[in-house]
Amino acid sequence: MSKVKNTEIPKFKKVCEILARYNNDSSKLIPILQAVQDEYRYLPEEIMTFIATSVKIPPASVYGVATFYAHFSLEPKGKYIVKLCDGTACHVKNSIPILEAIRENLNLNEKTKTTPDMLFTVETVSCLGACGLAPVVVINDDVHGQMTPEKALALLEDIKRKESVQ
Amino acid sequence: MNNAERRIIICAGTGCVANGSLKVYEEFKRILGEKNIPVTLEFKKEEHNHDGIRISKSGCQGFCQMGPLVTIMPQEILYTKVKPEDVNEIIDTTIIGAGIVDRLLYVEPATKKHCTGPNDIPFYQRQSRTVLKECGFIDPESIDEYMSHGGYEQANRAFTKLSAKDICDEISFSGLRGRGGGGFPTGKKWELTRVQPGPKKYVICNGDEGDPGAFMDRSVMEGNPHSVIEGVIIACKAIGADQSYIYVRAEYPLAVQRMRKAVQDAYERGILGKGVFGTVNKIDCEVMEGAGAFVCGEETALIASITGKRGMPSPKPPFPAQKGLWDKPTVINNVETLATVPLIMKNGAAAFKKIGTEKSPGTKTFALTGHVSNTGLIEVPFGATLREVVHNIGGGVTDDKGNITPEGFKAVQIGGPSGGCLTKEHLDLSLDFDSLRSVGAMVGSGGLVVMNHQTCMVQIARFFMQFTQNESCGKCVLCREGTQQMLALLDDIIEGRATGETLKLLETLAWAVQKGSLCGLGKTAPNPILSTMKNFRAEYEAHVFQKRCPTRRCKALCLPVIDAAKCKGCTACVKQCPVGAITGERKMPHVIDASKCIKCGACIKVCKFNAIGI
Repeated sequence: MSKVKNTEIPKFKKVCEILARYNNDSSKLIPILQAVQDEYRYLPEEIMTFIATSVKIPPASVYGVATFYAHFSLEPKGKYIVKLCDGTACHVKNSIPILEAIRENLNLNEKTKTTPDMLFTVETVSCLGACGLAPVVVINDDVHGQMTPEKALALLEDIKRKESVQ
Repeated sequence: MNNAERRIIICAGTGCVANGSLKVYEEFKRILGEKNIPVTLEFKKEEHNHDGIRISKSGCQGFCQMGPLVTIMPQEILYTKVKPEDVNEIIDTTIIGAGIVDRLLYVEPATKKHCTGPNDIPFYQRQSRTVLKECGFIDPESIDEYMSHGGYEQANRAFTKLSAKDICDEISFSGLRGRGGGGFPTGKKWELTRVQPGPKKYVICNGDEGDPGAFMDRSVMEGNPHSVIEGVIIACKAIGADQSYIYVRAEYPLAVQRMRKAVQDAYERGILGKGVFGTVNKIDCEVMEGAGAFVCGEETALIASITGKRGMPSPKPPFPAQKGLWDKPTVINNVETLATVPLIMKNGAAAFKKIGTEKSPGTKTFALTGHVSNTGLIEVPFGATLREVVHNIGGGVTDDKGNITPEGFKAVQIGGPSGGCLTKEHLDLSLDFDSLRSVGAMVGSGGLVVMNHQTCMVQIARFFMQFTQNESCGKCVLCREGTQQMLALLDDIIEGRATGETLKLLETLAWAVQKGSLCGLGKTAPNPILSTMKNFRAEYEAHVFQKRCPTRRCKALCLPVIDAAKCKGCTACVKQCPVGAITGERKMPHVIDASKCIKCGACIKVCKFNAIGI
């Protein structure tokens, strides 16, 4: 008889490690959630409940914190996270046409932020603090400055090409 | 530091890294190695004369638009927009020879003069870099280098020679005011906390710079993190705290990484931890990443966030000085404020007071961005005028294509979402806490966004309102509902539904939100609206009464026009128009009927000849 694989176990093992690192301290909830999000790229519901029980606070409090801060995501994100900076400097230098071009190219909109193939997630951020290079697009950790809609689309095409080769 | 030391400094601030400065750094290492020129990468305290050339990365040098920047010491030559391909030539000409690679120098746009270094570049010449002096020069990841420049001597003096009261008095006397926006006297804040009873107190460094258009805290944390820690240590001694937190925005990964390394290095040297500077005292310091909430700039919200809760503000009093983190007396200071503290201690309060204005002493860093020729991080004494900043340091206003236009200046937005817009008539206004407040703006954290004539002020007001509406924590009704309604009213104006009543309602509502909100976010949220309504009234009226956007930026108010010279009469637009507003004969220029057009812009998109514009 083949063994039943419990895929949930390694999932919780990682969370347990993170919780142990912070001594199951409820005041460390934010760093805990950040570490969990680094691991899974989002905050899965069952893991939030698990954290709540472990640090002895109501699940609603964990959910409350997770939804309050912009950094946390309750939905899975794509492999490439495209962040368009819409800070003042970028905005006055026409960041919105870049966003529109990217969304149109990937068939996304304000509500649908991730492509069905989970390759791209497109979001805006209030300011990345690289205003000297405005307008700025950040793809995962790479900052691309002095963007235009054409340059942004070329970046997307590069990624798509790279991904189709692999 | 031996001034004669030969050194190549490559800027590794966020801006230059984005432009590829790390590749330039690697290329320098590689080619110097190939040419058998000895290189040192580590700063060595004992040996002033290294046997080779030292190559180091620095924090932000401020001149972001010209990056990647490479400085050659001791000649102080600044090369701009350096690419890996240029490295070989720099080494041959400047390092082996004594020449200058002319084509990599900064050229002053107005005079076409080639500037060899910061000493003759107007952008640097007219600044007084004090807090930023060592940002962009020292290696931010080397505690030895910071210490070789006199770093941690003031923290040492604070612990071994001065009393807590001495420090509070010195800072009070200097007149230092908080650089985070409010401008509250730092010495007074410390003194209030110092006199609170109880053994447990906290110091928090607020590095959660959430203002769109501001990045000075980021640059200080990335460029000189030890100066922030030294400020924190002095603050701890001044109020009697043994625990501190440095709260850094998560959007600033490089700042988080460098602050973490700096704290760890300070622990390893015994500067943090038990028995600091040979005393019985203990100072702990923890770096915490923020999670993206602008409202956490508010002291009480920041405290809630550190305890693992939603970052919601609470009513004051009690002030954090009385009842802060875990109900203990707490001082919260901004990054720049704390980085200024060691300098005041070093040079004396009297020297500090000589710079700036009477009520706003010292210097202030500003993030100069927008439609200006030289964007970047600058530092000027308080009391400098907008004209000096925009025209002399910024090098003039640019149009949308980046060319300098002498008549292009329209406004400067200062202080981010809490601030306001200044116009031509304010060009000679002194930039300080009180005079800015008197015209309805504020220093805020120091974002200075220059705008040219092609910018629609109603859209700018809407932009900030959208931001504060998004960032409102929702705790108090006036802020939560008020910002939402103000946004809706601005949308009415932009989309052509507004009447005279809209403007009146907007003003009344702005006043109410200002008066009735719980924290600074809500109280200052209407500022961008009120200042643009005051200074650009005619622009609002054109939107409301004439249904016209003077800058042609509001799509709904701009009728598409067909350029008869470009139109080939292909009829693509006729087929696309949903309301049949476009007519004309085939192969002849078409026209748009203004009374039928719904300004959807479909015709513009479909035209292959770019003949339709707004």
